[in-house]
Amino acid sequence: MNGRYEAVIGIECHVELRTRTKMFCGCPNEFGGEPNSKVCPVCLGMPGALPVPNAAAIEHLVTAGLAFGAEIPSFSKFDRKNYFYPDMPKDYQISQYDMPLTIGGVVRYWLEDGTMKQCRLTRIHLEEDTGKSTHAGSGDGRIAGSSYSLVDFNRAGVPLMECVSEPDLRSAQEAVAYLESLRRTLLALGVSDVKMEEGSLRCDANVSIRPAGSNELGTKTEIKNMNSFRSVQRAIESEIARQIEIVESGGRVHQETRGWDEVNGVTHSMRSKEEAHDYRYFPDPDLVPLEPAREDVERLRAALPALPWQRFERYAVEYGLAPKQATQLVDNVALAEYFDRVVAASGNPQQSSNFVLGDLSRLANETGVAVAQSKVSPEDLAELIDLLDSKRINSKIAKELVARMWDGAGSPRAIVEREGLAQTSDPAAIERFVDDVLSANEKVVADYRAGKTNVMGFLVGQVMKASRGKADPALVNELVRAKLSS
Amino acid sequence: MASPLIEKSAAETARDVAGAATSAAEVTEATLERVASVEANVGSYLTVLPELARACAARVDERVRAGERPPLAGVPIAVKDNMCLDGTRTTCGSKILESWIAPYTATAVARMLDAGAIPIGKANCDEFAMGSSCENSALGVTRNPYDPLRVPGGSSGGSAAAVAAYEAAIGLGSDTGGSIREPGAFCNLVGFKPTYGRISRYGLIAFASSLDQIGPLTRTVEDAALAYDAMAGFDPMDATSLDKPVEPAASALRENLQGLRVGIVREFATAALGDELDAVYRQAYRDLERLGAQLVDVSLPTADYGVATYYLIAPAECSSNLARFDGVRYGLRVDGNDVREMYDRTRAAGFGPEVKRRILIGTYALSSGYYDAYYVRAQKARTLIARDFARAFATCDLIACPAASCTAFPFGAKSDPYSMYLMDYYTIPMALAGLPALSVPCGWSTPEGGTLPMPLGLQLCAPLFEERLLLGAAHAYERATRHALARKPALEESRA
Amino acid sequence: MPSGSIDIRYVAQLARLALTDEEIEIFGQQLGNLLEHVNALGELDTASVAATAQVVESRNVMREDRPVPCLDRERVLSQAPQRQGGFFRVPRIIAE
Repeated sequence: MNGRYEAVIGIECHVELRTRTKMFCGCPNEFGGEPNSKVCPVCLGMPGALPVPNAAAIEHLVTAGLAFGAEIPSFSKFDRKNYFYPDMPKDYQISQYDMPLTIGGVVRYWLEDGTMKQCRLTRIHLEEDTGKSTHAGSGDGRIAGSSYSLVDFNRAGVPLMECVSEPDLRSAQEAVAYLESLRRTLLALGVSDVKMEEGSLRCDANVSIRPAGSNELGTKTEIKNMNSFRSVQRAIESEIARQIEIVESGGRVHQETRGWDEVNGVTHSMRSKEEAHDYRYFPDPDLVPLEPAREDVERLRAALPALPWQRFERYAVEYGLAPKQATQLVDNVALAEYFDRVVAASGNPQQSSNFVLGDLSRLANETGVAVAQSKVSPEDLAELIDLLDSKRINSKIAKELVARMWDGAGSPRAIVEREGLAQTSDPAAIERFVDDVLSANEKVVADYRAGKTNVMGFLVGQVMKASRGKADPALVNELVRAKLSS
Repeated sequence: MASPLIEKSAAETARDVAGAATSAAEVTEATLERVASVEANVGSYLTVLPELARACAARVDERVRAGERPPLAGVPIAVKDNMCLDGTRTTCGSKILESWIAPYTATAVARMLDAGAIPIGKANCDEFAMGSSCENSALGVTRNPYDPLRVPGGSSGGSAAAVAAYEAAIGLGSDTGGSIREPGAFCNLVGFKPTYGRISRYGLIAFASSLDQIGPLTRTVEDAALAYDAMAGFDPMDATSLDKPVEPAASALRENLQGLRVGIVREFATAALGDELDAVYRQAYRDLERLGAQLVDVSLPTADYGVATYYLIAPAECSSNLARFDGVRYGLRVDGNDVREMYDRTRAAGFGPEVKRRILIGTYALSSGYYDAYYVRAQKARTLIARDFARAFATCDLIACPAASCTAFPFGAKSDPYSMYLMDYYTIPMALAGLPALSVPCGWSTPEGGTLPMPLGLQLCAPLFEERLLLGAAHAYERATRHALARKPALEESRA
Repeated sequence: MPSGSIDIRYVAQLARLALTDEEIEIFGQQLGNLLEHVNALGELDTASVAATAQVVESRNVMREDRPVPCLDRERVLSQAPQRQGGFFRVPRIIAE
């Protein structure tokens, strides 16, 4: 991006919470199904129906807030957001306006190169989802040009968490990394499936630019209709470029909502923000306020699992694993927990990671058995790592042992003892092997001395073969080279 | 000739049916006959439910045969048409719901049916419960059984007329600013509104959510107590319903008012009502004293602002509650070139003028720039009114005052909206404070220009949750004075 | 208290009510009259008073996350002003 400008980005997410029932009624909260089959008087907005909040949704929201270090105020309420739209059963949405369930908080995220960053949250609040409308008659499913719309209220009333960030993000990459950390955390908490393709995670971006070094905020636009993390990245980059071009050519950015066009890779103006809705928020008189009990909040805080950013920090910063390896572990809790036990027993995080993400994961893929469910106990793997670290065996033997342990061969130390697989590091013994091989391969030796130095690999290989793989490869290399040069 | 069965109180009917002296079927038939013969002159019901009534009656008789004693066995009831009853047309007196069939039953109604009551029909009301005369109904006209040229009151006018005309023993109404108490006064009935939250609002089509309460219209206080006992109590489908134990009111009925202090409100001096009404109320207060009550002077200085407060809060809430009537999922639809046009035309055609007025003022009061000045300020005034009552109740146990400023007026007499709003002057403050209050017949007066004496209602109000005290005291007054029995409704029966 | 008259046209738009010119005029008068009475609230000293959102003092009323039977689909759709298969049908939504 142009070095003269700085991008200022905030992200607003809507996350469908994973509960058995909807936010204000007992209809099932499930994806899919025949249209209008999961509805009742309440979520259809029928006359006389009344909302009653879902306790699990409230707990999920508080849990998410605690995971991000947000404040849980002692008083919170629901408000009505009034506007007309066909997918709104009551033509108002029950939401939270000025007294949300959580305030503040921070999302810690990491970039591909492992740099850890932070983005502050403004708030996270609870609301209900709308129904879904599909637009017919226009040929491409879009509103513009459609002649009528069809509405399905199955989704109406699903509990929704709205998560608003401060404009702390400075690039499209940061925005995506923020979203990925947010997503990982919510998955780890079990509060949502967070699948953009199913609509359980939706996000909009607020984007503005300003001269590098300035503290004032430029005019922002709201970007909608991004259906994947890749879209988010492309859309934000496109919008930053668009705004820079406008400003460079002497124009001004208009405050508006723009929709991302995936096919053409551009944003289109959707509506001017001047026409802002007057939502006429007021406290919902059908609902009573929430006063989360301190004991309940502390109970939820105590029950928080290890959070992805915490794991990542430990793996990448403390253990020094490559960011990609650390991220791989973060994304598989069972594997990470296995890995943690291996590290605890072996004291060697790098090697633990190499085996867990390398040979073991490969075997897991091939056999369809998860690493954590395999016959290789973390303690046994730690033993293997110890044997390798102390040079008692070489890496080739180690690889063979892993395969046999996977099949249930048990303790590597025992196998090595039993079968005499210990690495040979005795120079005299190795020298004997080397002499044998050199004398049996006079022509090759002659080729080497004549300048074909690459044949050394063959000779080293022969020595390894003669020693049934147990010779210390480093020593073999040294001795062969020495003898060939003399 | 009307069967004597129809003039029995709910308590008597329940005793007779539960004791198998009469059958629910008999009472139901007698009531349906009565409906057929007087409805043309009263117009209480928008929908009569003969099949459902007979089916319910048969079930009640079965239960009695099986040894049950349902507390309201066989009691015929009118259900205000803003309450959902599964499978019945539920219109709220509005064109926008003219053909809508409710797919579920309101909790309060279900509890009445569980108690053995028989639903005779859905009663007429001011459209969406907005009005004080029943004249705002878009679907029918209801006449006061005591004078067909006069209104029955509103908004629960149909329920009141049905009970007054012996077309039911209990009428279920709803009260937001006086819509049970005022028609009760106009029709010589007991009209009772419990503490806000005592009776579930699930299935009551909302007008103003923080004010609406369901309550009974009956010919005796005892009947009102029985209905209350059947309906009151926490409902998990209504988050605003009170999770407080309900002690039966029917067992708290008193014979006198010994030991009770009754507050007479300075700001509600009855001299303002003219000599005749002033005399009736002064007598009523004397009667309370004769029963042993000590009269105490109390002041509700903010009560005068009740109407202004109410006519900001109630419309604000209703403007949001009525947004759902948009032609998308149910009810009337008037088509348009696009969905906005459809909304605009549907709502224009479906709502009557009073409903439109309230939606407009309510929307305005909530709109950006006006929310604090109107809605919030009104909610603060509400706090002041509630405080006035709390202060008054420190020196008295009950408050007594008129239920309305006049007797039932003729059709068309209050065509100016604000003059109609003033009909709620005495009943609004209690509603704003959420207090239990009722109207009980306290005398008669022939209005100027009228030929027939019309009933007057004494309003009694108790502190929060004191339904037993309220009903108990009202019963003592009723028994001692018996004003309701002085006259019968002036109804012509027509050949069926 | 605010002064000036209500912009009935704007409010009607917010409330999605199509009004005739006559209605706009009449309602304007009637609601203006009401507002005059309502303005009396300006006489009250509400500076140190909290707004009553609700008379009840309950808190934390919630329900368990347990499914209950839904409405039968045919009952739901049979009263739809216009339906298409399993959907509610509405005229086109004009994108803002």
